[in-house]
Amino acid sequence: MVTDNKPSLVTLTVDGVEHQVPAGANLVDALGKIGKEVPHYCYHPKLPVAGNCRMCLVELGSPLRDRATNEVILENGKPKIGWQPKPAIACATNVTPGLHVRLNSPTVKACREGVTEMLLLNHPLDCPICDQAGECKLQEFSAEYGRGYSRYVDEKNAKPKHTRLGPRVTLDDERCILCSRCVRFSSEIAKDPVLGFVNRGSFNTLTCFPGRELANNYSLNTVDICPVGALTSTDFRFKMRVWFLKQTPSIDTESSAGANTTVWSREGKIYRITPRQNDAVNDTWMADSGRELYKIVEAPNRVTTATVKQSQVTLDVALEAAKQALQGGKVAIVGSGHQSVEEQWLLARIAQATAATTYVPAHLGKADGLLISEDRTPNFRGALVTQLTTRPADANLNALKADIDAGKVQTLLICREDLADFGLTPSTLAKVRTIVLATHHNTTTAAAEIVIPALTVFERSGTFINCQFRLQSFAQAVPGPTGVVPDTLSLGRLANVEVANLWQAIATSTPTMAGLNGRLLPAEGVQLDSTPWASFSFPESKLLKFAPVARN
Amino acid sequence: MLSADNPTMAIKIVERRPLSLAERTYLPQILAGLKVTWDNMVRPPVTLQYPDERPTIPQNYRGVPTLVRDPNGREKCVSCQLCEFVCPPKAIRITPGSITENAENAHVEKAPQEFEINMLRCIYCGLCQEVCPEEAIWLQTQYSMTGTSRDQMVNNKARLYELGGTLPDSHHKWDKKKAEAEKQADGHH
Ligand code: SF4
Ligand code: SF4
Ligand code: SF4
Ligand code: FES
Repeated sequence: MVTDNKPSLVTLTVDGVEHQVPAGANLVDALGKIGKEVPHYCYHPKLPVAGNCRMCLVELGSPLRDRATNEVILENGKPKIGWQPKPAIACATNVTPGLHVRLNSPTVKACREGVTEMLLLNHPLDCPICDQAGECKLQEFSAEYGRGYSRYVDEKNAKPKHTRLGPRVTLDDERCILCSRCVRFSSEIAKDPVLGFVNRGSFNTLTCFPGRELANNYSLNTVDICPVGALTSTDFRFKMRVWFLKQTPSIDTESSAGANTTVWSREGKIYRITPRQNDAVNDTWMADSGRELYKIVEAPNRVTTATVKQSQVTLDVALEAAKQALQGGKVAIVGSGHQSVEEQWLLARIAQATAATTYVPAHLGKADGLLISEDRTPNFRGALVTQLTTRPADANLNALKADIDAGKVQTLLICREDLADFGLTPSTLAKVRTIVLATHHNTTTAAAEIVIPALTVFERSGTFINCQFRLQSFAQAVPGPTGVVPDTLSLGRLANVEVANLWQAIATSTPTMAGLNGRLLPAEGVQLDSTPWASFSFPESKLLKFAPVARN
Repeated sequence: MLSADNPTMAIKIVERRPLSLAERTYLPQILAGLKVTWDNMVRPPVTLQYPDERPTIPQNYRGVPTLVRDPNGREKCVSCQLCEFVCPPKAIRITPGSITENAENAHVEKAPQEFEINMLRCIYCGLCQEVCPEEAIWLQTQYSMTGTSRDQMVNNKARLYELGGTLPDSHHKWDKKKAEAEKQADGHH
């Protein structure tokens, strides 16, 4: 039998025009792929089909066949189409060979107008105070497919407004169109079924089960998928209109799952983080905890200037001092899974040049089986690929401590790590010359001789390698504090490497990334070859799209 | 056609009429001139001693944009930021905010925390008034904005309400909505 992984194409006729689409595809998706929009509310490609909003009604037909001969009946030389007597919902239809669809017939238009009119019957029409305005499906489809005026003369139903559903989600029931996306997400994806509908008819109301709240770490995904402004993020509520916000592709740094995100900012201030679809990594989801990370940008303890022995100096002076210290020999380096691939590669060059011992501390936590893995750094794989380290992440730094105590280390270069978390107290650090690259002040920066300010993930660009060995890039969303330069520049100076052609150098020196350019990656990233680490022991267990390599 | 080869074609020769006797005496012209002088001598003066005297401004004048309250004293702006979006020279800057739970207008939920219009940027186009879904921003009859620093030329929220005053309004849409909700809560569907 011939096996072909590519789905076979079939002919779908849309308003008389033939298109080739994958067989068996969902009709809404298949039409979307060929640029035909079917307005829909309840259908979501990553959730089970509910078919309750009826917005996606279309007319379906197929060629008629003679009952006796099973021959296609021709009419004027063309197959005669038998149209189904009633419209059908596209979201519950899969493409079959020879399927005919009408998207623009008077019946379909009347269906959309009717559905829109019914959805708007009790809708409060409070777009001026609704956070969804600008990205609201109801607003868009009502403008495009609605009647444009209301025939309703009765009083609208009043339902609960600003209800607290959980610590991060606020519900406005009047705006809810009862599509049940949030209900399906909670039970099917988050596995925390706390939402449901009560009452009947036009009093049908979304609510949380008594005594429960929508508190799981994926609750804000319901806000993302809610097609209207019923579910809103308490954090983002009334903060800024979405049409002012600039979208920057980024990566969630809270674990090695590497969920793709979009950072929304205006004039250098970040307002929210939402998931970005990547079917190989996170589908359309991300954890709530990762959405709050933007707050580190404006934290009061940011490192904003370079210091040498606690006194403020220019970056040049600090880098020169660091360079001198590194030339003294007996160097140890603590890299980090929070560094980008570029930074780790440069650090590895410094380690090579100074014959330094390198450490990459482990940050482990509990996985949730979805998008938060055990390894709480976004880029430990990068340290392996760039050969910054060859060992699993260091659970403790006892070896380094012993070396320092034994006087085997004279200079310690620390990047993006607080060694107090690993038992290296200021008194131990006082025994060596310490150079620290850090974004925020901590015990280590307080004890360090030379401090070089660094940028957060939102203020610089680069690449991470997630637990699937997928190389993914993140872009700069907002400018960093004045005078702070990207780590690649600081480390480039220390490594004596020209960083303008950094990726050329990385690609030629790293077999796993041969021929790649981290600045020009596709949006969904690039899968790297993980076979060199097939027998390596990684802490991650099963995630949404990741399964650990079975070892025997 | 007028061209370099035929320059005369567009020229029309007009015959000069000889002056009449009255014209040759110049008397009618002198008398007409004296009449103008006399008229102006006896007409009431039209010059306005600005700024001591001010002109009357018609009601539909597009003066300084201001924010207004409804007859119940509720601030009408809900900080939807549409005016900020539409303003061509980007003169408007709004910081949206929530209305606290126990405030009298809590049912409106949203109001501006701060609202600034930079009158050095404003071009008095009136688009903000045009776009506002709440009829909260109005270009009124105030036309003279002066200041001794750039900061003084930026009207903040307090100043905008001071300039705007109250707008006679018969909709009361938010109050109607609140009344309906209260009625339904009592069980009168
Ligand atoms: S709250 Fe939103 S997602 Fe949930 S049922 Fe209502 S409209 Fe759908
Ligand atoms: S009048 Fe025109 S320029 Fe002035 S604030 Fe309004 S929209 Fe902006
Ligand atoms: S003045 Fe009107 S348009 Fe401007 S923010 Fe307020 S409500 Fe919106
Ligand atoms: S999208 Fe098909 S019924 Fe809702």
